[in-house]
Amino acid sequence: MTSEFVSVVDIVGSIREGKTTASAVLEQHLDRIDMRETEIHAFNHVMAESARANAASIDADLKAGKERGPLAGVPIALKDNMCTRGVPTTCSSKILEGWKPPYDATVATRLQQAGAVIVGKTNLDEFAMGSSTENSAFGPTRNPLDTSRVPGGSSGGSAAAVAAGFAAASLGSDTGGSIRQPAALCGVVGVKPTYGMVSRQGLVAFASSLDQIGPFTHTVADAALLMEVIGGHDPLDSTSLDQPVPSLTAVLGQGVKGMRIGRLADMPDGCEPEVLARLDAAFAALKAAGATIVDIALPSLSYCLTAYYLVAPAEASSNLARYDGVRYGLRVESADLISMYGATRAAGFGAEVKRRIMLGTYALSAGYYDAYYGKALKVRRLIANDFAAAYQSCDVILTPTSPTVAFPIGEKTSDPLTMYLCDIFTIPTNLAGHAAMSVPFGTGAHSMPVGVQILAPALGEPTMFRVAAELERAS
Amino acid sequence: MSPSSDAKTTPKITAQVVAKVAHLARLDLTEAELALMTTQLTGMLDHFGDIDKLDLSAVTPMAQPFPIKNVYREDVVVPGLDRQEVLDNAPAPQDGRFRVPPSNGSES
Amino acid sequence: MSNASSAPSHATVLPNGWEMVIGLEVHVELDTKTKLFSASPNHFGDEPNTNIDPVTLGLPGALPVINRRAVELAIRLGLALNCTVQASTFHRKNYFYQDLAKAYQITQYDQPINIDGFMMLPGDVRIGIERAHLEEDTGKSTHFGGTSGRIHGSDYSLVDFNRAGVPLVEIVSRPDIRNADQARQYVSELRSILLAVGASDAKMEEGSMRCDVNVSVRKAGDPFGTRCEIKNVNSIRAVGKAIDYEARRQVDVLESGGTIRQETRHWDDAEGRTHTLRVKEDADDYRYFLEPDLVLLDPGAEWVESIRASLPMLPAARRARLSQLTGADKESEAVYVIVERGQDDYVQLVADAGGEPARALVYVQQAFSEAGANPVVPAKDLAALTLLERDAKVTATQAKTILSEIVANGGGDAVAIAAAKGFEALDTSAVEAMVDAAIAAQPDAWAKYCGGEEKAMGALVGAIMKSSQGKADGKVVTALLQKKRG
Repeated sequence: MTSEFVSVVDIVGSIREGKTTASAVLEQHLDRIDMRETEIHAFNHVMAESARANAASIDADLKAGKERGPLAGVPIALKDNMCTRGVPTTCSSKILEGWKPPYDATVATRLQQAGAVIVGKTNLDEFAMGSSTENSAFGPTRNPLDTSRVPGGSSGGSAAAVAAGFAAASLGSDTGGSIRQPAALCGVVGVKPTYGMVSRQGLVAFASSLDQIGPFTHTVADAALLMEVIGGHDPLDSTSLDQPVPSLTAVLGQGVKGMRIGRLADMPDGCEPEVLARLDAAFAALKAAGATIVDIALPSLSYCLTAYYLVAPAEASSNLARYDGVRYGLRVESADLISMYGATRAAGFGAEVKRRIMLGTYALSAGYYDAYYGKALKVRRLIANDFAAAYQSCDVILTPTSPTVAFPIGEKTSDPLTMYLCDIFTIPTNLAGHAAMSVPFGTGAHSMPVGVQILAPALGEPTMFRVAAELERAS
Repeated sequence: MSPSSDAKTTPKITAQVVAKVAHLARLDLTEAELALMTTQLTGMLDHFGDIDKLDLSAVTPMAQPFPIKNVYREDVVVPGLDRQEVLDNAPAPQDGRFRVPPSNGSES
Repeated sequence: MSNASSAPSHATVLPNGWEMVIGLEVHVELDTKTKLFSASPNHFGDEPNTNIDPVTLGLPGALPVINRRAVELAIRLGLALNCTVQASTFHRKNYFYQDLAKAYQITQYDQPINIDGFMMLPGDVRIGIERAHLEEDTGKSTHFGGTSGRIHGSDYSLVDFNRAGVPLVEIVSRPDIRNADQARQYVSELRSILLAVGASDAKMEEGSMRCDVNVSVRKAGDPFGTRCEIKNVNSIRAVGKAIDYEARRQVDVLESGGTIRQETRHWDDAEGRTHTLRVKEDADDYRYFLEPDLVLLDPGAEWVESIRASLPMLPAARRARLSQLTGADKESEAVYVIVERGQDDYVQLVADAGGEPARALVYVQQAFSEAGANPVVPAKDLAALTLLERDAKVTATQAKTILSEIVANGGGDAVAIAAAKGFEALDTSAVEAMVDAAIAAQPDAWAKYCGGEEKAMGALVGAIMKSSQGKADGKVVTALLQKKRG
C-alpha cells in the first residue's frame, strides 16, 4: 500500500467538506511532479496550465454551490494513447509526435464531466507494445520505488504517476496485461474491465478485440469509483456493452464468506518463489475470511502466449497502417507515394512496433493465414472454454499478476520472447474478454511490490472487487 | 493429442518472405534490419509452433469476445470536424486538401 | 439516360465461334443522409474536406458504427434483386492508397448481406446475382502537373475525403452475360430498380453508380477464359463499347497465338479503347480479416419481411401490368419508356376514365416526355381524345394536333377543340368518291399499283388527302385502295 498518498475518495471528501480546494490538491501533485518527474519520466506532457484553470473553475463552482461530479477536483493522468482535444497525443511514437487530436476520447469526456482535473499524458511503450515502458520513443519511465528498475508496461507512465503521487489516479489501457502488470510492479491497484465495459472511442487502437481501458489507483475503493465514472455504454463504440456499469463502490464491504476461489492446480514455471509465497498468503487470507479454495485447471493456458502474439500483432498491423504520412503525424518527403510510405513508416516506428507489424502482416498474409492467425483464433476459443469450465466450480481465480517483481532496466530488451513471457498470467483474460485486476499484496525480492491478480468472468466485476477489497484489508 | 487436419507443418520464414512482408507493410527496412527481423521472426514462429500439436479441427474461431449483434446508429447528421483544425495537423495541406507525392498507378 | 433495353439489337457477334463471357461489378452509392460508419453528411459536390469526422479521416481512436438506414437500403435493393438476405459480417481489406484513410476498406467478404439473386432481361434471359454487399467508398484524388492531369506522370495529387465512408452496395453479377446488349440492358434495368426502391440516385455522371466490367472470351462450350477487368466505364453507352472493344482485342490476341494476362484495364472513352492499368500480381494480398470494431449484422426475418412488404411494384412487374392493359409487347420501347418515366399509373388512370389504353400509351409516350410521373393533363381529357380517334371522329393527324393543344394548355375538351378547328373525319362514302376520282385522274399510278408496285400507292393517297383537306383518315384510304385492287 502506498499510504503516504491521499486516496481519491479522501480528496473528493476533503474538497467537498471545504477542508481543502481542488487548486491546493493540484498544487501538491504538481509539486511532486516538479521534484521527481525528471528522474522518473512518467509523463510525455504535463498539462499544468489547463489543470490549474480547471481546478480554479471547480473551486469557483463548488463555492457557488454547483454540483461538479463525483471526482470534483481529483488530479488524474491519462495514458498518452487516449485522445485529448488540442493536447498532444503521441502514443510515445515519433510517428505521432506533435499530433493534436481534434476530438476527445469518451473516457476523457466522462472524467471531465465528473469533475476530474487532467494533469497530463503519461508515457508508454510505443503504441502500447511492451511490458516495461522501455519501448517509448521518448525514453523509458523508471519505477518510483526503485529507479533502476522498470515500472512495467505498457502503461508504465500511468502506474508510475500514481505510485509517485503525481496524480491521485490514472487511466491505462490493457491489451495483454498493460494495466495489471505495471500496477503490480509499481505497487498500485490496476483494473482490466470486462471487454466492452469501458468505451474504446478515442483510445488509439493496438489490438481492437483485446484493448480495454481501466484505472490505476492507490485503493480498491478508488478503482471502484473510477470504474463507475468511466464505464457504461457508449453509442460511439459498437463493441460497447449495452448496459450500465454495475455498482462497485457499494459491494466493497460485503466480504468473501462462502465465495469459491480458484487456484491453478498446475502453476506455470518461471515464477519467483517470493511471488508464489505472496500468492499463498493471499489464499490464506481469503480462506480466513470465509472463502473456500478450489483447485482448477486451465489446460490451454500455456498456448495463450502464442494465440496472443499472433492475434494482437495481426490486428495491430492493420490498425497501424493508417500512419502513412498523408493526413497527420510524421511524413518523410519522397519522390513518389510508395517511397513516402516506406520512408515515413521506417522513420516513425520503433523496433518493437516494426517487429509486431511484420509479425502481424505475415500472420494474415496469403498462404499463412490458416497456419497462424486462423489457428490462433481457435486457441482463443479453447481458453475461453477453459475459463467457462473453471467458473463452474469457482467464482474467481487467483494468480500472480507477474511471475517476477520489477526487473532492472535493460535486462530483457535484447530478447523479445523473454519480454513476452512477462504476460503469461495476464494474457488469457484479454483473449477471453473477461475482467481482471491486480491488487498489491506485500513485497517480494529486492523489497519490490508483488501484485496478486483476481480473474473474474465477464461482468464479474462486483465479485472481483469484493475479493480485492478483502485482500486490501488483509495486506 | 494427434496433429489436426489443418495443422500441417508450420511454414518456414526466409529473408525473401520477410522482404515481401516488409513491402506489404510499407516498411523500408535496411539490410541489417531485414536480417535481424528474419532471425527474430524465425525464433518467435518456432515458439508459436507449440499450437501445431493441438487438435483444432472441431474448434470454432473466436475473433471477438462476445457475440454481440445489430449495433446501429440512426441516419442523422452530427456536425463533424473543423477543416482548418484538421489541416493544421496535416504534413502538407494545400487548397483545403491533403497533398501527396505522385502515386504513378492506382492503389500502390 | 436513354434506355438500352428497347434498342434494336446491335450485339456484336464475334468471329470463328468465339463467345463473350461478361460479368459486371456495379458500385452504387446509397441515398442516405450520413455515411456508412459515421455521422458526416453523405453529400456530393461540397467544398473539399468539409464532410469529415474522425472515422472518415481514419484518425487514431476513431470507431465505426453502422448506419441503420444504409442497411435498410441495402436490404431493399437485395430483395428487389431476388436475393436471400442473411446474417452478415464486415472484414477489413488492407491496402495502402492515399484516398483510403485507414489503409483498409471495411467491406463484406465471406458473409455478405445479400446473396444468390437474379435479374430477368428481355427474351427471358436470366442473369444471376452472386452478391450485393455493403462497403464504404474511398476519398477522391485530383492529379496535378505532368501532361494531362492523369495519374501517370503527374507531379502531385490533392486528396479530398468528403466521399470517404459514403455507403456503397457492390452488386456482383454471375458471368451470365453473353453480349454487350445484355450488359447494357442489365445496367439499365439495375438503374431502374435502384430508382424504384429509392436506394440510390444512380447517376453515372456523378459517380453514384459505377461499373467495372469483367470480360473474357471462349469458344462456345469451352471452360471460361482468362478475364480482364475494365474500369472507368462511366455510361451505359460506354459499357457496350468497352465490352465490344475488349472482346475483339482478346480474340485478336488469341487468334494470333497470344495469351490473355489477368489484368485491370482502363477504358478510354475518347480513344474508344482499353489499355493496361495494372497487372494482377502476387502482391495483391489484402489480408482480409474480420473487422473487430464491428459486430454481427443479423437483420432477422421480421425486419426483412417488413422491408419486403414496403417495396414498391418493381419495373418488370409494372411493365407486365402496362403490357396487359394496353396490349403492347412488354419488351416494346413504349412500355419501357412509360415505366421508366413512371407514367404507367397515369395510363391506367386514362383507361379508368373510359379511354382506350393502346392509344393512351401512344399519346403519353409521344407527348408527355417532360411531364413526369404525374402529368397535369386530366386523365379524362386524354380519355376523350382516344375515343374521338378510335371512333374515327378525327384522323390520327388531327388527334395529334389536338393532343399538342391539350398538353400546351394543361388540359382541354377534345371534342370542343376538334369542333373549333373544324376537324371531322369524312365518312367512308365521301372518301370512296375521292378515291375513285384519284384513280381516274392517275391511271398510270393505278396500273402500277395493281401490278404490285406498292410505292405507287403513295401518289394516289397524297392526292386523296389533298382533295379532302386532311379530313380523310389515311387508314381508311389505304384500306379502300387495297379493296379496290382486289
